[in-house]
Amino acid sequence: MVTVNNLTKRYDNVEALRGINFSANDGEIFGIIGPDGAGKTSLFRILTTLILADGGTATVNGLDVVKDYREIRNTVGYMPGKFSLYQDLTVDENLNFFATVFNTTVEDNYELVKDIYQQIEPFKKRKAEALSGGMKQKLALSCALIHKPTVLFLDEPTTGVDPVSRKEFWEMLKNLKQQGISILVSTPYMDEASLCDRIALIQSGEIMNINTPSQIIADFPDKLYAVKAANNYHLLNELKQKADVKSCYMSGEYLHVTFKTENEPTIDNIKMHVIQPTIEDCFIRLMK
Amino acid sequence: MEVGKAIITDRLTKTFGGFTAVDSISFSVDKGEIFGFLGANGAGKTTAMRMLCGLSKPTSGKGVVAGFDISRQSEKVKRNIGYMSQKFSLYEDLEVWENMRLFAGIYGMGDKEIIEKTDEVLNRLGFYEEKNTLVKDLPLGWKQKLAFSTAIFHEPKIVFLDEPTGGVDPVTRRQFWELIYQAADGGITVFVTTHYMDEAEYCNKVSIMVDGRIEALDTPLRLKQQFNTSTMNGVFQQLAQTASRNE
Repeated sequence: MVTVNNLTKRYDNVEALRGINFSANDGEIFGIIGPDGAGKTSLFRILTTLILADGGTATVNGLDVVKDYREIRNTVGYMPGKFSLYQDLTVDENLNFFATVFNTTVEDNYELVKDIYQQIEPFKKRKAEALSGGMKQKLALSCALIHKPTVLFLDEPTTGVDPVSRKEFWEMLKNLKQQGISILVSTPYMDEASLCDRIALIQSGEIMNINTPSQIIADFPDKLYAVKAANNYHLLNELKQKADVKSCYMSGEYLHVTFKTENEPTIDNIKMHVIQPTIEDCFIRLMK
Repeated sequence: MEVGKAIITDRLTKTFGGFTAVDSISFSVDKGEIFGFLGANGAGKTTAMRMLCGLSKPTSGKGVVAGFDISRQSEKVKRNIGYMSQKFSLYEDLEVWENMRLFAGIYGMGDKEIIEKTDEVLNRLGFYEEKNTLVKDLPLGWKQKLAFSTAIFHEPKIVFLDEPTGGVDPVTRRQFWELIYQAADGGITVFVTTHYMDEAEYCNKVSIMVDGRIEALDTPLRLKQQFNTSTMNGVFQQLAQTASRNE
C-alpha cells in the first residue's frame, strides 16, 4: 500500500509536483499516466526514497519515506526510466550483483523471476551493453524483482518500445500481480491505461483525475462523435471555425468532435457516429 | 529519376559482418506524401533511414533521394533534406533564434534571409516572445515543435522524422501533426517513424519492416482491409509477430 499526501517538489523555477494526493492499494496495478515533464519521475524517486519532497508526506507499506527509508529500500523494487544496470557486467553478473546487494541469492528467489529471466537466459554471458532494448528491459525487471519486493515501482518501462514488446511487457506485469506484488507503473502511452486496475492522470505536477479506467471513460461528460473525410486535415481546419464545435482533434483515421449544442448536430455531407471515448479523449478534455 | 518521386530504392541492402540489417528493400515515396516507416525495435528502420539520409553507405542496391544517388552523391542528399529525432534536435544551451541561425547557416542560407525567416516562423508558431529563451528552459512539447520548424527552415525537399513525438502529451502531439500536415501541404515530403499506431493512420502511406525487409506497404485503409482488422495496431501486431530475428 502506498499513500501520498499533498506532496510538493520544486527544482529552481520548475514546480515538478504541486500537491499530489492518492493511495494505491495492496495487490493492484496503479498507473500514473502522463506525458514527459508531468512529474512522474520525481514522484517515483520520492517514493523510493532517492530524493526528498519539499512538502507533504508519503508512505510505502505503512513506512514513512523520510524516517523509515532503510526499511523501504529493502522492500521495494525500482526500475528507473533510464537503463540503470551495469553495462560492463554480463546478464548473469548483473542479476547476481543485485541479489547480493540485498543479501539474498538468485537461487532463493528464482521462482519469482523465472518466467521473465528464462527469456534472456540464453544470453546470460553477454554484457548488458550488448543487449537489445527488449532484452535490457527484461533484465532490468529481473534485477528489480530478485530481492522479492512487495511493491514494484516501474518508471516508464515501455517508453520507446514497439507495440508488440509493450504488449508482452504488460503480460509479465499481470503475472507478477497474480503473485501478490503491488505495482506502481508510469507511462506516457494512454492506451496502456486500460491494463491498470486504477489510474491517476497527471499533467504539470497535478493529478487531474483518479479512478478505474472504465469509470473515467464513463465520466466523460459530452457526446463524442467520430467523423472523417478524404482529407482530414482540411476538415479539421473547417470544423475548428464552426461556432457550435466545442472541441475537434485528430484521432487515428477519424477526427473526434464534441459540440456545444444538445441537439443532434450535423455537418454538411459528412457522416458522423457517436463513439465511446478513450482514456486519451478524457486526458485531452481534462488538459483544457 | 522517375518524375514525382521523392525517394526510390532498389534492393537496398546493408550488412554488418554476417548480419543483414536491411535486406534488399525496394520502395518509393511520392513527392508531398506523408510516409510512415514502421517496424519493431531492431527491424532495421534506423539503419535504412541512415542510408537514405546519406549517413551510411549501402552494402548493395541503390537509392535515390531528392534526385540524388545516396551512394555517390551523399553530400547533395544531405543538403536537400531535413532531419529531426526525439534524441537529438536542438542545442539546449543555445537560444531559440541561435538554433535557427546555426542550422540555417549550415544549410547555406544567407544572413538576411535567415533573419526575416526566423521572425516569420516564430510568429506563425505564436512563439515570438521566446525568441531569446534558452532551449533547455522550454517544455518538451515546444522543443519538438521548434525542432521540426528548424528542420524544415531551409525548405528541404524531404524531411526525415525519427520518433518525433515520443513522450509528448496528446494535445501537443496533435499540434505537432498539424505542423506535419502544413509542411506536406506546402509540398515537403515527410518520412516519419513512430511507435504510436494512431499516428500511422495520419500517414498517406505506411510501410512495415520485419527482420530487415518491408513486409507491407500501402495506404492505412488498404492495409487494414488486407489484414482484416480495424486498426493499424492490428496490422502491426500481425506482421511483427512473424519476426524471427531476436532483436
